[in-house]
Parts: sequence; structure tokens; C-alpha cells
Amino acid sequence: MNKKKSILENQAVNSFLASLISIAAGLVFGVVLLLILKPEAAMGGVKAMLGAGFSKLDNFAEVLYQAAPLMLCGLSVGFAFKTGLFNIGASGQYTMGAFFALFCALQLQLPWWVCLIASMIGGAFWGLFPGLFKALFNVNEVITSIMFNWIGMYLVNLCFANLPKTLASHNDRTANLTEANPSAVIPKAGLDKLFHSNYMSISIFIAIGIAVLMYVVLQKTTFGYELKACGMNRSASQYAGINAKRNIVLSMVISGALAGIGGGLYFLAGAGQYVLVKALLTRGFDGIPVALLANSHPLGTILSSFFISYLSVGGNAMQPNFSTETINIIIAVIIYLAAFSLLMKNMLAGVARRKKEKQKEAGK
Amino acid sequence: MGEYVIEMLNITKEFPGIKANDNVTLQLKKGEVHALLGENGAGKSTLMSVLFGLYQAEQGVIKKDGVEVKIKNPNDANALHIGMVHQHFKLVEVFSVLENIILGVEPGKAGIVQKAAARKKVLELSEKYGLQVDPDAKVENISVGMQQRVEILKMLYRDNEILIFDEPTAVLTPQEIDELMEIMRNFTKEGKSILFITHKLNEIMAVADRCTVLRKGKCIGTVNIADTTKEELSRMMVGRDVEFAVEKKSAQPGDTVLKVRDMVVPSKVHANNAVKGVSLDVHAGEIVCVAGIEGNGQTEFVYGLTGLEKITGGSVELCGRDITHAAIRERSKLGMSHIPEDRHKHGLVLDYTLAENMVLQRYWQPEFQKHGFIKKDAVQKYAEKLIAEYDVRSGQGPVTIARSMSGGNQQKAIVAREIDMDPNLLVAVQPTRGMDVGAIENIHKQIVAERDKGKAVLLISLELDEVMNLSDRILVMYEGEIVGELDPKKTTIQELGLYMAGAKRKAKEAAANE
Repeated sequence: MNKKKSILENQAVNSFLASLISIAAGLVFGVVLLLILKPEAAMGGVKAMLGAGFSKLDNFAEVLYQAAPLMLCGLSVGFAFKTGLFNIGASGQYTMGAFFALFCALQLQLPWWVCLIASMIGGAFWGLFPGLFKALFNVNEVITSIMFNWIGMYLVNLCFANLPKTLASHNDRTANLTEANPSAVIPKAGLDKLFHSNYMSISIFIAIGIAVLMYVVLQKTTFGYELKACGMNRSASQYAGINAKRNIVLSMVISGALAGIGGGLYFLAGAGQYVLVKALLTRGFDGIPVALLANSHPLGTILSSFFISYLSVGGNAMQPNFSTETINIIIAVIIYLAAFSLLMKNMLAGVARRKKEKQKEAGK
Repeated sequence: MGEYVIEMLNITKEFPGIKANDNVTLQLKKGEVHALLGENGAGKSTLMSVLFGLYQAEQGVIKKDGVEVKIKNPNDANALHIGMVHQHFKLVEVFSVLENIILGVEPGKAGIVQKAAARKKVLELSEKYGLQVDPDAKVENISVGMQQRVEILKMLYRDNEILIFDEPTAVLTPQEIDELMEIMRNFTKEGKSILFITHKLNEIMAVADRCTVLRKGKCIGTVNIADTTKEELSRMMVGRDVEFAVEKKSAQPGDTVLKVRDMVVPSKVHANNAVKGVSLDVHAGEIVCVAGIEGNGQTEFVYGLTGLEKITGGSVELCGRDITHAAIRERSKLGMSHIPEDRHKHGLVLDYTLAENMVLQRYWQPEFQKHGFIKKDAVQKYAEKLIAEYDVRSGQGPVTIARSMSGGNQQKAIVAREIDMDPNLLVAVQPTRGMDVGAIENIHKQIVAERDKGKAVLLISLELDEVMNLSDRILVMYEGEIVGELDPKKTTIQELGLYMAGAKRKAKEAAANE
């Protein structure tokens, strides 16, 4: 009894529980929706959505494969949140990271790790501009980064279109990496054989490593202390002698670099090819719910990206009984309910308090 | 019907780690000014928030005119004609005065606000009680004193009979305080009842009929002001005798620590300069006070001095080093520490823990970091040390989030942090703002101790008592200039007041020749 009380009062446990409850509520809603849409297939759909990810090893490999870039996008958005910025430009930074990586891989024929570093530089470069505008002219980063999403996407398309060496024979997408430059594919380290899946590579471990690194930077270092202070109270950080402008630029650069690595991880995995269409890549935006679900905590982001990736793999398994739109709605509802996790948190705290009071009264 | 309009009986309210109100009883008579006195964090604001419906008490009952009532939110309070002026005003800055007053009770026809009727009522009220406001001015452009009048008018507009004032004088100039006291007396003549939260004993003696004293959440007692003294009240509040006069030896000024010459700082609100060529010296071992009515350039002067604002003319020297354009960190390394005027804006990162705030100026020092990693244990220990030394009270000690602490204890934390930096120059802007007498006494003692250790202290204060008691030399600032230098031993509050109001000033040449 005593132990349970102290667990509920613990902030981190409380947040985690709140997220779990929100997710459960979202799933219940999903089931109801499926029952309304197609009662006869609903149970099979639920089973597919919840079970597919773990049902087969290669499905699980796909979960991990998608989770890696998603985690980086979540880290990108979450890092910016922690430092008081809303980086809605992760999509553009992700695209730019993808371009830098593929350029190095296909045009320059460089090995995978150089390409990955290039993707980081590409994303950082694209995060730099909104950061500079914010710091020097106090232009809202939301506006600039949305603009830079589009600028980035068209610029990348333009560049690829003029670099024939990077393109596949149809000219509508980039060349298949495994054929064009096998050394640029992120190593599989035998994991593909273990999981019986071509999707599997070490990228998930790179992503988790980066998440842990971001946690350490934010929570344990003076640099993180400064960044968070700037985010929470710019005037007070200025008063404390912290260079707030420099920190704003740095946060956007780091945030951009993370999204950029996300782009690198996805396209260097070998399975994906960049398609030259006039639409923003959605994975950058998917980073927003990943970060929200994790309350911007880097370690929480590991779990939330797994979760969302798991749902989308499960969603795919629900086809053809349910359309992808239905699946997206359910995922969106779950994420939406996750935003209620704060409410849940307060409720849990209330439960803890009441229990304590009861105990006290019993003690009397 | 009994003689009490409001009775709060045996109220208990708990927060995590702290019992803010413990079996407190307060009874308000019709037509009286009832003061609520207590140290910082004694539970005054909590008790009033319970009455106003912002918090729900776990135990106890509230009675209006002898009938038990449930107040679940401020709307309930309003329906019972209870109104409150909060310590931090609740106004919409971009709305006009009139819009703020009618907010929530807008008279309307078919969804369209009928402003004319509202304006008439507001002007009548303002006339009747001498509450001068410009109904069309935007709240962001009016003075703090006028903002408070807007808050008072809000209560009157809602025909409130029970008026709660939460530390209303903390932000006012001496003249405005006198006016407010007069207004309160008028209200009671009309039969309105006032609950007046404060820790300024002079004000209680001047205006209140009765006073209830809280200490650490417990009710110590209720006394008739006519039968008591300042000393007794403060003993009830703090639990020991308090010395009002600061005991200090005469100053032993040493070398010049701070040398400011012809400082010019532009204003943010108007085209003129806020600081127009201020020159002053502060020596080691003396407390120099810049006195003045709020808004005469003191804030901007401090911003210019501490580097928060760029100065457009003049120079600043600290310990012989030119720091006119130095970065804030540079100034802090050279031994300048700064207790800021606005503790929420500058003094604290409210969402950081108390421990994290305690190292806000020092986290980069080798004591607290190694290779860029913060030494958590060292920070924790340091925070514990400061908390103990300066009696900073909070729910959970070093891990308390600063936002959840009471205002006075937040201020104590800042003072502790800044004094413990062992500075050459301590710039203290209203260091005791919003604190109770016990805490003020402590802080004054600490400032004098710093002086006696040979530190230079520059005090900026609006409190005349503080200015007269603490300083070795008084400089009066009026409209961005230093208009007089006074010796607190040879001057009177009246003379000081004349300088502050601009009625008296030293000829510029005379000042330059000194």
C-alpha cells in the first residue's frame, strides 16, 4: 500500500501511467469506430492492428525500421519544445537531410557513415535559418520553418532533377541505393538474417543512441541547463548572463540536425527511394505527435516512436478490410487523446492524495 | 442575523508537503476593515483564495450572514457579492479600462455590447469614490496605480459588498497608498466590509479596525487594533520580538567600487531618454540608496548598470575596469550581483526547481560542473545550505518547483543566491518587496553585514522607511536625473519626499562641484 502511494506520487511514473491510460482510451475508441464501419470484420481488424507488429519477426523488423527515422523526428520536435521553440520545420530539415545523404551516396559514392553525417549537416543547415530569423529579428519560428519546408522540398526536387546520376531510370525517383552504391547502405550486421527481413539494420540502435545522448545533453549538462532556461524564461536567462540569441540559433540547429539524421536513416536504409513529387514528406510532421506523446522527454520518445510505428504497421495489416484512411483516423484519435495525458496526470495525483488521506484517517 | 457578514470557520487546506491553512477561523463584521496579517507563506493568500472560490477547503465551513454557503468558483463568490483585488492584477492588457471593468458581466442586447450604459455606471462610480481612471485608455499604457483603481472599480461595478485586497500597497507609491487608505475608509462608511491582506504594520494601524494573525498556517488570534501596538502585532506574527530600526555602525567607506559617469539610457515607452546623464560613485563599505517615485528612471538605470539594456551614453567602471559594454556574465565575474526588481521576469526560471534556480548565476563555475556536466550533488548540497541559512520555506525543499513557492520565499531565494555570490558590488532593487517584517529584518541585517565586510551596496528602493533606515547616503532620482544627495542622519522623510516629488532640487553646478 505504502509503496503504491509513493509510486503514484512520482512525477515520471505518473506521466508514464497517464500516457498509457490515454492510449488505452484511444484504442477503445478505435474499436468502436471499427465496429461501426464494418462490424463483421472489426474483430479481425483489431487483432491485426494490435497483433501484427509482434506476430511475425519480419513485421517486427518493419516496426523497428520505421521507428528509427520517426524517433529522430520526434527528438527534433521535442528538443525544440524543451527549449521553448516550436519546430514545425522538421519536414523540411528531414528532406534536406535526405538530400545531403543521397547526394553523398549516389553522386559522390561515399560510404554510409559519411552520408549519415552529411544528412545531419543538411538538417542543421536548414534549421539554421529559422533560428537566425528568430534570434536576430524575432520572427516567429513557426512561420519561417513552414516556409522553409516548402523551399526545402522544391529545392531538393530541383537539385535531384538536375543530377541525372542520382536518379533511377524513370527520372521520377532516386536510384536504388543497393544497386547504385551498396557501401552507402546502413550495415545490417547480420540482423537481416536474424529477423528474416531486409528492413532490419543497425539504424534503430543509432536512433536509440542519439535519444540517450539527447537525454544526457538536456538533463545533465550545463549546455542543456542553459537551453532549457532560455526556453522557459528568456529574460531570466539573459539576466543570468546566458547568451539567449546564440542559444536560440543553436537549439534550432540541433533540432534541424536531428530531423536531418532522420532523413538520412530512412533513405540510407536502402529500401526507400526519394520520389520527386510536389508534396511535403509527412514524417517530419509525424515527429510532433511522437514528441507530444513523450512529453518531449528524449527517453519517452523512444517508446512513443515505437508505439506509433507499431500502430502503422498494424494498420497496414488491416488492409484490405479497412482503408488506410480509417487506420489513420484511429491513429490520430489515439494521439489526440494522448494530449489529454496532462488531465490524466492530475487525476492520478488526485487519486494518490485521496488514498493518503484515507490512510491518515484510518491511522487516527 | 448575526453581526458577521462572512464567517470562515475551521478552514483547513492542504497542498503537497504543506498545510497552508490549519483550522483557521476568520470572522468579518459588517462595515469594518479587517486586516489579515502573517509572514510570507503563512497562508493568507490561500485563505482568501478559499473565500473567493479559487481553492476548495478540505475542512471547515463558510457562512454568509449566518447561512452556510458553498463557494466553488469565483462566479459563486461574485453572486455572494464577494470581490477581490489580487496581488498580481488580473487585467487584459490590450483591452481598454472600460472593457476590463465590464469583462464577464457585459451589458448586452442581442449579443452586442451596450457600452454607453456601462460607461455611465463606471464614470458614476469613479466620481463617487474618487477613483480617477480614463475609461478608454489601454491597460498596458496606464500606471500600476491606475490599474489597481481599475481592479477596484471592477468590484464596485459588480456591486460587491465584501472586498478583498491582497497586498494592495506593495506596488504603490507613498502618495497612492494614502489615497487607497482614504478610499477604503469611504467604503466602510458605505457599509461595505473589507478584508485587507498585508504585512505592513503601519497600514494596519492606520486603517484597520481588527486584525487576524496567521503564522505557519495556524490562526494565532484576532485583536482590536485600538487595543494593540505594532510591536505586539509583529510578535504575534513572527513569534518573537522584531527590531524595526536597523542596527548598524557608521559606514567606513573605502575605495571606489562603482563609478558611473553621465549614463544615458533610452526609454522603451516614450521617445525621450529614461536616464539622462546620471553620475554616481559607490564606495566599498557603504550603502548608497537611489530613492525616487516609481517610474523616474530607476528601472532603466539598473538595466543599464547591469547590462540588461545597452546604454547610449556615458561610462560604467567596476573596480577600476571599464564595463560600459561588457556582457552580463563578464560583469558577474567581476563581482557584480543583482537582486532584480521583477523576480518573475528576471529573478527566477519559475519552472526550474529551487535548487536549479539557486545556481542560476553560478552553474558554470567549476564548483558545480565538470567538463560541461552539472554536478547534481553539489548543486543539491549548495541549495540545501542556502535554504537553511536564509530560511527559504518551500513544500519539498530543493526539488520544489519555484513557481509553487510563495512570493516572499521566492524573493528570499533570490536574495540568498545573490548575496552568497560574495560580490564586490551588490545591486539590490527593492530587495524586501512583498516580504514580512521578520524577513525584512533578516535581509536588512544581511545587507548591512555585507557592507561591514567591505562590499559596496547600491540599493534602489521605493520604501521610505527602508531608504532612511538602511542607507549611508541617499541619492534622489527624479525624471531620469539625480536631483539631490542627502545624509539620512541629517534629513527628514518630509525633505526626502520633496526631492522625490521634484519640488526641490540641487543646482546642477553645485552637484558637479562636489
